[in-house]
Amino acid sequence: MTRNQKLSRTRITGTVSALAALGLIVGCSSGGDSGTGGGVKDGKVTITMGLFGVMGYKETGLLDRYMKENPNVTIKADVAGDEQTYYTALQTHLAAGSGLKDIQGIEIGRAKELVDTQADKFVDLSDVPGIDHYLPWKLSQVTTPDKKLIGLGTDIGPMAVCYRKDLFEQAGLPTDRNEVAKLWAGDWSKYVQAGKDFKAGFKGDQVAFMDSASGLFNAMIYGNSEQFYNKDGELIYQDSPAVAAAWDLASQAATTGLTAKLRQFQPGWDPGLSNSTFATTVCPAWMLGHITEKAGPKNKGKWDVAKAPKGANWGGSFLGVMEKSPVKEEAKKLVAWLTAPEQQEFVFQKLGNFPSSQKALTSPAVTGAEQEYFGGAPIGEIFGAAAQEIPDEQVLGRKDGTIKDIFSQGLTLIESQNKSPEEAWKTTDERIKKATG
Amino acid sequence: MAASTPVAPAGGPAGKPPAPGAHDAGAPPRRRALLHRLDVRGAPYAFVAPFFVVFAAFSFYPLVYTSWISLHRVELATMNVMEWVAFDNYVALWEDERFWNAVGNTITLGVISTVPQLLMALGLAHLLNYRMRGSTFFRVAALTPYATSVGAAALVFTMLFERDFGMINWMLGLFGFDNVDFENNKWAAQIAISTIVIWRWTGYNALLYLAAMQAVPRERYEAAAIDGASRWQQFLTVTVPGIRSTIVFTIVLSTIGATQLFGEPLIFGQGPNGITGGADNQYQTLGLLLYEEGWKNYQMGRAATVAWVMFLLLVLVLVVQRLIRRAASRRSGPTRSIAS
Repeated sequence: MTRNQKLSRTRITGTVSALAALGLIVGCSSGGDSGTGGGVKDGKVTITMGLFGVMGYKETGLLDRYMKENPNVTIKADVAGDEQTYYTALQTHLAAGSGLKDIQGIEIGRAKELVDTQADKFVDLSDVPGIDHYLPWKLSQVTTPDKKLIGLGTDIGPMAVCYRKDLFEQAGLPTDRNEVAKLWAGDWSKYVQAGKDFKAGFKGDQVAFMDSASGLFNAMIYGNSEQFYNKDGELIYQDSPAVAAAWDLASQAATTGLTAKLRQFQPGWDPGLSNSTFATTVCPAWMLGHITEKAGPKNKGKWDVAKAPKGANWGGSFLGVMEKSPVKEEAKKLVAWLTAPEQQEFVFQKLGNFPSSQKALTSPAVTGAEQEYFGGAPIGEIFGAAAQEIPDEQVLGRKDGTIKDIFSQGLTLIESQNKSPEEAWKTTDERIKKATG
Repeated sequence: MAASTPVAPAGGPAGKPPAPGAHDAGAPPRRRALLHRLDVRGAPYAFVAPFFVVFAAFSFYPLVYTSWISLHRVELATMNVMEWVAFDNYVALWEDERFWNAVGNTITLGVISTVPQLLMALGLAHLLNYRMRGSTFFRVAALTPYATSVGAAALVFTMLFERDFGMINWMLGLFGFDNVDFENNKWAAQIAISTIVIWRWTGYNALLYLAAMQAVPRERYEAAAIDGASRWQQFLTVTVPGIRSTIVFTIVLSTIGATQLFGEPLIFGQGPNGITGGADNQYQTLGLLLYEEGWKNYQMGRAATVAWVMFLLLVLVLVVQRLIRRAASRRSGPTRSIAS
């Protein structure tokens, strides 16, 4: 090969790359198929689903069972791990009107925003027969002012505290779940006090009392009927005594070294579970499955579940059917079946996702349920009692999910970046204004 | 297509039709001549047309539409409701400290990822340029990181830089250092992110340099050697000037890449912290700010504004770079001609 050829080749490569780079500078385009992927062909029905996290339908084989019972139905479920990623994609798909599935999962933090801005893209489910089995507040969260129901409830998130018996014993704290619950009964500040006792009594190092300050903050916030918004949809976080109390206590925990400075569901948290870097975490029912999986067999029997100081609801989801779907009726039927009391019971027994159906809640299969991994803890009883304490009216706001994330980051500022609580509050306040403005 | 192939190599002087070879009978000569002229004159445009059509559809139109959106208040959920706000978004961005923070981060991240990357690439190319056993293997190996997806690379590095159980902290621990909270410490985070960028792009740039180095005439090295120049002196006075245009080209490419830095910090932060570039925005780049406005706050108008400002900044940087280059070459022009 001559030099000239080499030269010209570099020049060509150079030019091509320069042009390609020029293309990259300018904007980006998103593609995607229109339609929902579902449809009817030769009498065979295909239904597509977009889900997130561990909603349990794919994981427990419920979808397979439905397909077996209805041989003409094929279900294709897409499960996104992270809800934030899932919702961002859902928003984009809704705006573009393409890429949607026939059935889409809705997380509680997004419910209000979808009800307010996207209700016309969902099918009204209020005429589905036999949906009067829910807790009184569950379906009102996804009902528009003119009574359109955009989703059916899957689970709810009553909370407890998951704790490590072996670490509690080393710190000289009680280990029996009833005794532990008594340590902090009725008041979250007693939970922080227990943390101080734990820190004082624990001999080893590298073990914090709780995983993150934001877990505590969330737990306290979710116990109130009004959280970041009031009933009129106005932001009240600045003056809300509940938010102030939660912020103060969480920042106290952060500044006194009671937290492992981890971020829940992010890297570091999972190895923290398996390598025991913290002794407690506030756990909604749906988190048990995650802990079981990530803490692994070597920690089996070390974890236990105790009643939380106050009942609260963290999370819970819905399934909605899209107006664009060519198989609306079939999709409605599937959603109704998946959210029926029997299936809710089944998912609870398999994974711990707590039923939102009053009927399932009171069935012996749920009330008597025990969780082997957590030392045979009577989770049906513990979470059932917590569910009863959840306020009957929970006021949701449009940007609840985003505000929750911003508060978590605000607490990280205190925990990991040595900012003062006042400074962190100021930053948080500014960010919320930006995000909601 | 087939008819125009023989023309391509001779296509240099476009005005002068190449000497006709064998004449076919059949078509009238005038029409043939016309077709031929059209072929010679038009073919180049036909060849580049696909690019410009695609460019117009996927780059130019979005560019214009983005500027239109940036003058409105638009939410992602209701893209059809656009409220005219003129330049309010630009004014608000100018006054937003997050913007200046992002500009600063983009610059510092750009510098600490680009400078070592290009220097290392230069060194690597120089080594690869030596005659040695298995040179093809090393050249391919140098390109492997480039072929890795951003996602995979960033994810692996994120695990390496993890606070409690990451490998880097484990190694630091062997030397008695405390664990570094890479994510929460501004400079540690920026260095970690730069590491990902450097790892991915060094080999690519090295190969570009290598290609250019092989085009430097051997005689110059021989002449330099006769003059008694050491290897290092040869590198500085023969190699580097010889591949100058390639160096400038990689600097331009890296600058563009650095301005748009997005995937690495997004994945490095994981979840909400990725979008905001850390809890304190300590490594939020302009790309991430755009993403935060668009896909966390769902304010498409504000996101479009960031996109346009990024574009304008890039244009500004390239213009400045050109001016400096021109000024530098004018100043060094005469001396260089004396030296050579």
